[in-house]
Amino acid sequence: MTTETKLTRGGKAALIGRFLRGVWGYFVLGLLFAMLGMAFNALAPQIIRLTVDSILGSEEANLPAWLLGLLGFEELRAAPYRALWIAAAAVAVSAALRAVCGYGQRVSLAKGSEGFVKGIRDALFAHIQSLPFEWHTAHQTGEMIQRCTSDVEVIRNFVCNQLVEVARTLFLMALYLSIMFSMNARLSLFVVLFVPVTGLSSWLFYRRIASRFKAADEAEGELTTMVQENLTGVRVVRAFGRERYEIDKFNGKNDGYSQLWIKLGHVLSLFWASGTLLTSSQVFVTIIAGTVEAVNGDLTLGGFLVFVSYSSSLAWPIRSLGRVLAEMSKAGVSIDRVGYILNSEPERERGLALEPPMTGDIEFSHVSFGYEGGEVLHDVSFTVPAGSTFAILGGTGSGKSTLVHLLDRLYDLGEGQGQISIGGVDIRDIDRSYLRRSIGLVLQEPFLFSRTIAENISAARPGAAESEIRRAAHIACVDESITEFAEGYGTMVGERGVTLSGGQKQRVAIARMLMQDAPVMVFDDSLSAVDAETDAKIRAELEKNLGSSTVILISHRITTLMQAQRILVLSDGRVADIGTHEELISRPGIYRDIYDIQMSSDDRLLVGEEGENHGI
Amino acid sequence: MGYDEQEYSQKFSLRTWKRLLPFLSPYKKAFALMLCFNCLTAFMDVLFPLFQRYAVDEFIEADSLSGIWIFAAFYLCVILTQTLSVLGMGRNSMFIEMTVGRDMRREVFTHLQTLSFSYYNVTPVGYILSRVMSDTMKIAGIIGWALPDVIWAVVYLCSALVSMLLLNWRLALVVMVIVPLIALVTAYFQGKILAWNRRVRKLNSRIMGAFNEGITGAKTSKTLVIEHDNSESFRRLTGEMYESGVRATRVRAVYVPLVLFLSTMAVAAILVRGGSLSLDGLIELGTLSAFTTYAVGIFEPVQLVAEYIAEFISIQASIERVTGLLDTEPLVKDSPEVIEKYGDSLHPKPENWEPIRGDIEFRDVTFRYPDGGEDVLSHFNLKIPAGTTVAIVGETGAGKSTLVNLACRFFEPTSGQILIDGQDYRERSQLWLHSSIGYVLQSPHLFSGSVRENIRYGRLDATDAEIEAAARAVSADRVVERLENGWDSDVGEGGDRLSTGEKQLISFARAVLADPRIFVLDEATSSIDTQTEQLIQDAIEHILKDRTSFLIAHRLSTIRRADLILVVHDGRIVEQGTHRELLLRRGYYHELYSRQFAEESSAKVLQ
Repeated sequence: MTTETKLTRGGKAALIGRFLRGVWGYFVLGLLFAMLGMAFNALAPQIIRLTVDSILGSEEANLPAWLLGLLGFEELRAAPYRALWIAAAAVAVSAALRAVCGYGQRVSLAKGSEGFVKGIRDALFAHIQSLPFEWHTAHQTGEMIQRCTSDVEVIRNFVCNQLVEVARTLFLMALYLSIMFSMNARLSLFVVLFVPVTGLSSWLFYRRIASRFKAADEAEGELTTMVQENLTGVRVVRAFGRERYEIDKFNGKNDGYSQLWIKLGHVLSLFWASGTLLTSSQVFVTIIAGTVEAVNGDLTLGGFLVFVSYSSSLAWPIRSLGRVLAEMSKAGVSIDRVGYILNSEPERERGLALEPPMTGDIEFSHVSFGYEGGEVLHDVSFTVPAGSTFAILGGTGSGKSTLVHLLDRLYDLGEGQGQISIGGVDIRDIDRSYLRRSIGLVLQEPFLFSRTIAENISAARPGAAESEIRRAAHIACVDESITEFAEGYGTMVGERGVTLSGGQKQRVAIARMLMQDAPVMVFDDSLSAVDAETDAKIRAELEKNLGSSTVILISHRITTLMQAQRILVLSDGRVADIGTHEELISRPGIYRDIYDIQMSSDDRLLVGEEGENHGI
Repeated sequence: MGYDEQEYSQKFSLRTWKRLLPFLSPYKKAFALMLCFNCLTAFMDVLFPLFQRYAVDEFIEADSLSGIWIFAAFYLCVILTQTLSVLGMGRNSMFIEMTVGRDMRREVFTHLQTLSFSYYNVTPVGYILSRVMSDTMKIAGIIGWALPDVIWAVVYLCSALVSMLLLNWRLALVVMVIVPLIALVTAYFQGKILAWNRRVRKLNSRIMGAFNEGITGAKTSKTLVIEHDNSESFRRLTGEMYESGVRATRVRAVYVPLVLFLSTMAVAAILVRGGSLSLDGLIELGTLSAFTTYAVGIFEPVQLVAEYIAEFISIQASIERVTGLLDTEPLVKDSPEVIEKYGDSLHPKPENWEPIRGDIEFRDVTFRYPDGGEDVLSHFNLKIPAGTTVAIVGETGAGKSTLVNLACRFFEPTSGQILIDGQDYRERSQLWLHSSIGYVLQSPHLFSGSVRENIRYGRLDATDAEIEAAARAVSADRVVERLENGWDSDVGEGGDRLSTGEKQLISFARAVLADPRIFVLDEATSSIDTQTEQLIQDAIEHILKDRTSFLIAHRLSTIRRADLILVVHDGRIVEQGTHRELLLRRGYYHELYSRQFAEESSAKVLQ
């Protein structure tokens, strides 16, 4: 794959900003709830402080005068038992409010996060649908799906968890530390000292261990691949009697993988233990220094309790902040990878986007075209008269599928590559969707969607009546097979449903195309998997129902080809011959050779055998 | 891997868990350590609030700092013990998870190497793979991490309660009220949360499927001009995801704050009750502060245990899946006498093996597939002298592989005998036969690794020179020439860096290196360019010389060359004879042959 352009920092921010547009309000609301919740959370220790110091003890209440007046504090001190009840009620109310905030925070953030990720997914899907066919052939499916799923998940985690987490932790630190500093600056300094140590050590650790996690992931991938290959290749393993060898190989990888994790476990345990050491030490220092302060009279007993409580609440969030910051760097790569898809150029209408009648002659004039590997069509010119049946005979690599791709504008002809016109209008000037809707196309290896058969047939006309669907299926000679399924037309196709045979798929695809009611129909070798009898039956049915459509048939079968008014023989991307069936069999050439082979009497087969023995 | 997961029982079953014992018993020491470390950690956790209590009562309330250094030293000792204990716990848990997981994977994988093809024919690879990998990992994860967590939680809970009771039993009772409350709330919500998570997971895999379809079906969508409809229905799907995601969070958003609220309520209760006791002089303030810390600390273990109960039950499904696989018996088994003499596939005794000539005889063989209703062979007799080339022809899905599966003993006859060199092959070991068979598949299977390694698979002790000679014999060296790193080029996962034709040539070389007496060729139908095709024809000719061979054949050139042609239709052998005899009979073979002839010749003209 070619190297992809990376987004600048601003480009990345713009991409994230684009998807936050409709949902940022939820994030703001969620963060507000979170802050409010933390504030309420900070309240309970303060209530306890007040109770311990001024109700159970005899300290002056350290509160603004207006608040003391409001509480009627002096009266409360006189009736301490009642005051305890009020303190408890205050704790309960603050806890209830915190719970409400907790709910609001989670729901708001969930709405923001789900909305954000829905926005990205929808945009990716719609954009992928609009990308030119060329893009699809140039990129690997698995790789693109990974971008749409895992990379999107990484971005979601970055925005909705990591950024939010960082904001919350910073606020928590600001809130708690400012309260602590206002209570006792010296003691607060002891706590603050731990912040960089705890945070930095965890940040450094996660930056350094990232490569080992990756190695462990890779080892798991290798192990999985090995098992998978053993299972898919079970016949080879058995036929060569290589069970022992496979088990030894597996054990090697299995042991290696486990050892890798056990070693990683040593490092991780060290980190966890250091976390315990640091956070416990922070509380330890708070208790020792707090005790000294309290005994020296610089801190009340209640104040001491508040410090211990705040210090414990701060310890772990700081620890995880380091980890979050270290892991945030992963998101940049994912944003690039998703951005690459979203910034790929979609199919563009270059011309006039006309919608002319599509019932005219189709004319290929001096068409030369190739892909990256080289030119496939060389100066191809022919005309398909309106309303006629036109057939194309050609081998693999002769360029017949390219003709179809060009006609349907899956690729556009460039300057100097000739011209394709319908009714005299250059197809590059015709609206692309209009053109494709007017050309019914059945591919050799048709793709069915994992929906019901009825939904597949009516894909181009959702909501079509069942009678119409059945009629199309009947013309394509597949009605009978479908009704044999237990759920008939409601049968699911694909992974979650039945597997259709190649012939059944082709016929369902024909039915699907018929629903388009297109003035031009193209069958690209689309009955190759159907036996000759059914082929004939389908063609007879089509004949009856095609009306005035222009039909282009690509096939190897003489019996199919000879039905056409004109037959084009394509060889190596050039027009080798063109004419009616009678004309073509009257002169030597590829067509007559094939006619002879396919229509020959049985005796020639045995001659063929002799010929083989003589080395033809 | 789109198989629907079976729903397993939702009740705790001791029998299921007992099946794990053999995997755990080798690590008794590690489990004893697990118990020690977790008890130790839990005890230390219970000690911390007591230090706070001591500081309040003995220093702050007493207004004296005497003895604070000893206090600090004790405190630091506890912190260090705790740190070491956490260190040991982490290492031990990782060790248990990894070794138990490794042993289970080894057991499952080894067992898989003995299972019959009938198992592989009906079981999707993804299904087996998830048993080998994800199920074993889930189980090991639970054993390694959830089990110690639960031990910690239970020990912490019990010792915290004891500590509280000793400090002040009246206040302890107040705290104890919230324990069952939190447990009940957790149990109630846990079920709902699990159900929602399952739903979100399912939607997630549907979204992945939709992306897959959106990309692989792009061409079709364009030709049908339904890009817009596709995007619309995708938006509906993500809309469903949005709803489910938000609703799942709603459940959690009620649950988590509720549990926190309950534990704060315990603090409020302590304030009232403990406060009055303090006013009455019945309790020290330090004790009171220790209680508030316990009240906040106790909700975590309660929640943990309640959550893990659900998790332990859900992991039972994984245990059942793994043990179910281990319980699957191989259909083709060597008898104890045979193993005694010839060894089994893991411990072969090749010194006792008789050399194979390659005469094969089907004697009155009747066969039906284990999952099939009717006999596909009945009282079938066929003698294949050593060196004969047998071609089997018929349409796709007609059952051409049956005879080969029987001859190779991938399946055994339902009744009757198959004789190799005049001996019933059930009197020999499977490995004895298999090490004399060369097998080249329709879709050739290569393993990740270099070209050299892949060819060496045919004979593990082959020298590089022998490998290169084998490759030259079937023109596989031409493939190697084109590759960047020659013989050491990586063929990619499943060989997917090579074309089908190239893979086929490599797999021929592999078979030639093995120098088997019996050769099976399941021929590719896929179109291969003419040049490679010619190479393959030459290779086949080389390989067939002097060997008994079965060709499941599509190409006329291969079929015509056979000494005997068996024609299969609807799972039965309908005609047999030489090419000429069969053509003159003008039956089904004649029909098949004419069609194939027309197609091949047309393709040749068009090239």
